[in-house]
Amino acid sequence: MKKLHWEKAAANGLLNRRHLLQLGLTGLGAAGASAALGQDAGSILRIPDWSRMPGPGASAYGERSPFAGNLQRMASNPDPIYPGGGASRSPLQFLQGTITPNGLHFERHHAGVPAIDPAGHMLVINGLVSQPLAFSYENLLKYQMVSRIYFLECSGNSGALLRGGNADGSAQSLHGLLSGAEWTGVPLATLLDEAGVLPEARWVAAVGADAASMGRSVPIEKALDDVLVALYQNGEPIRPEQGYPMRLFCPGWEGNISVKWLTQLKLMREPAQFRDETSKYTDTMPDRSSLQFTFPMGVKSLITSPSGQMNLPQPGIYQVTGVAWSGHGAIRRVEVSADGGSTWAEAMLQSEPTAKALARFTIPWEWSGGAAVLQSRATDSAGNVQPVRDAVLAARGSIGFYHNNCIQSWGVDDGGAISNVYV
Amino acid sequence: MSMSKFAARLYKKSLALAALALWMAPAGSQEARIQLGAHITEDQLRGFDLIAAPDGSGMPPGAGTAREGREVYNRRCLACHNLNGEGVSGNTVIVGGDMQSEESPLRTVGSYWPHASTLFDFIRRAMPADAPKSLTDEEVYQVTAYVLFLNGIIGEDQSINSETLTAIVMPNGNGFVDLSHLH
Ligand code: HEC
Repeated sequence: MKKLHWEKAAANGLLNRRHLLQLGLTGLGAAGASAALGQDAGSILRIPDWSRMPGPGASAYGERSPFAGNLQRMASNPDPIYPGGGASRSPLQFLQGTITPNGLHFERHHAGVPAIDPAGHMLVINGLVSQPLAFSYENLLKYQMVSRIYFLECSGNSGALLRGGNADGSAQSLHGLLSGAEWTGVPLATLLDEAGVLPEARWVAAVGADAASMGRSVPIEKALDDVLVALYQNGEPIRPEQGYPMRLFCPGWEGNISVKWLTQLKLMREPAQFRDETSKYTDTMPDRSSLQFTFPMGVKSLITSPSGQMNLPQPGIYQVTGVAWSGHGAIRRVEVSADGGSTWAEAMLQSEPTAKALARFTIPWEWSGGAAVLQSRATDSAGNVQPVRDAVLAARGSIGFYHNNCIQSWGVDDGGAISNVYV
Repeated sequence: MSMSKFAARLYKKSLALAALALWMAPAGSQEARIQLGAHITEDQLRGFDLIAAPDGSGMPPGAGTAREGREVYNRRCLACHNLNGEGVSGNTVIVGGDMQSEESPLRTVGSYWPHASTLFDFIRRAMPADAPKSLTDEEVYQVTAYVLFLNGIIGEDQSINSETLTAIVMPNGNGFVDLSHLH
């Protein structure tokens, strides 16, 4: 077989992204290009058994193939003094594309998942409005809806890495409080308009119907801009753990403000100063002042494969892939380094990125069998560039742990074992 | 009236309004907009709207002292927040800390929270974690006073009501920078 020449795009094996089109590469586990179809291919290509007998028929609800791996969220340990509290993380390293299946979307609950019968649920709008209103679920379904694809990220995602902990994590355990979905719902502006927002109203206090009655205050400008009262997620009614029957969805902003099980919107002059916008979800700086209402999630990217706790079986060509996102706009470009950030190569974006949504990037990489440090760096449409960890630490310290958007470094040792490293 | 009865009544009303609105909308009209929110009054929301804000809005009548609150605390909070609010885990420490400490500061109600109203608001909506909203408003005032007393912010017999609570200046009251104008 003719030895192909791969054009190098950066040091330590990164190849020009256009080779993706020539290489029939899959993700981790793909052998080098020379093994794409072996010498003895003819002898193994027989008609398989499943082509010789009919399988089971249609079913009421589809499941993933048992051969596709047991994809699971990783849930925090139940804590008897925190009933229903905790989080679960998406298995980012096993997913492709930009949409997270609903059953794998990350969760964060402050008092568990309420079992809401929509017949007993109301969405109330009150406070500084001309006419307080109450909407039933059934009536909300009659409004004109819009569908938008957005990422959702908990502002605590990747937080442990600022403090230098969790050295041995996976993409899931370290960064899994991130998901992407298509959200369908009624623009909040439509409902606020119906209630008649008074000029002095500057904030919308949103409250959920969970046992914690979790609340967050949203500035009126955002509320009238792109916020949704979301009713569907990836085409089906929002699942209970995502806020059934309805949730607020504030695109690009820290996950906690997209209040689940939404039951009240109160128009106010000032923020309500809920516990989860004072005690929590605030950022204490090295000078001990604390930043409040730091809503947007910064520009960020993550190599999902190869990634922490995986193993490269042998030297050869691999597809490096991951996701990038920004709360400030769309992803413009993603660069990848295999030498810990000394040299960078531009990755291929799989489709035209849209604002506040995940973008999938890929680039081919020839692993020589030696040590490497894989990194990705995203730039968004507002010109923001994802910072290195030292820059985040220098600017913000590590008293707080929210809003860590630093570059993740995956160290590859000469045996092919991959782990989180700090460079 | 219980929440579900309230919801059921609004639900029936809103169904009727929906039918009316759909019937009134001229076919094919650009102007036609469905308006299906049932009209309600703030009065109907008295048991529903739990937002107690720094300006005192949403604070119910009632009052309490730390001396009264100690008993409520021992009965309803102690198991998870421990003696004197010391906590039994990282997220249950509600007393102590110093924002100016040499090492990374312990951030609690006393050292960190900018508003006293948040304490009433949070306890009323979310605590005790094993039975949220099971305290009376009076008990919430009492135990709010007790947590403030444990933090050295008020005296044991100081009466806490909507006015005295919102007048309290918290130790870290000036410690926050509002960045909402940036977004
Ligand atoms: C079953 C255990 C439990 C009981 C009982 C309980 N709490 Fe809590 N409390 C918690 C947990 C867990 C948290 C943290 C919740 C979170 O982080 O979402 C918490 C949080 C708090 C906080 C906020 C702490 C902070 O810094 O953000 C306050 C204040 C509080 N509780 C007060 C009380 C009071 C007052 C009572 C009694 C009326 C009480 N709690 C009863 C478990 C409990």
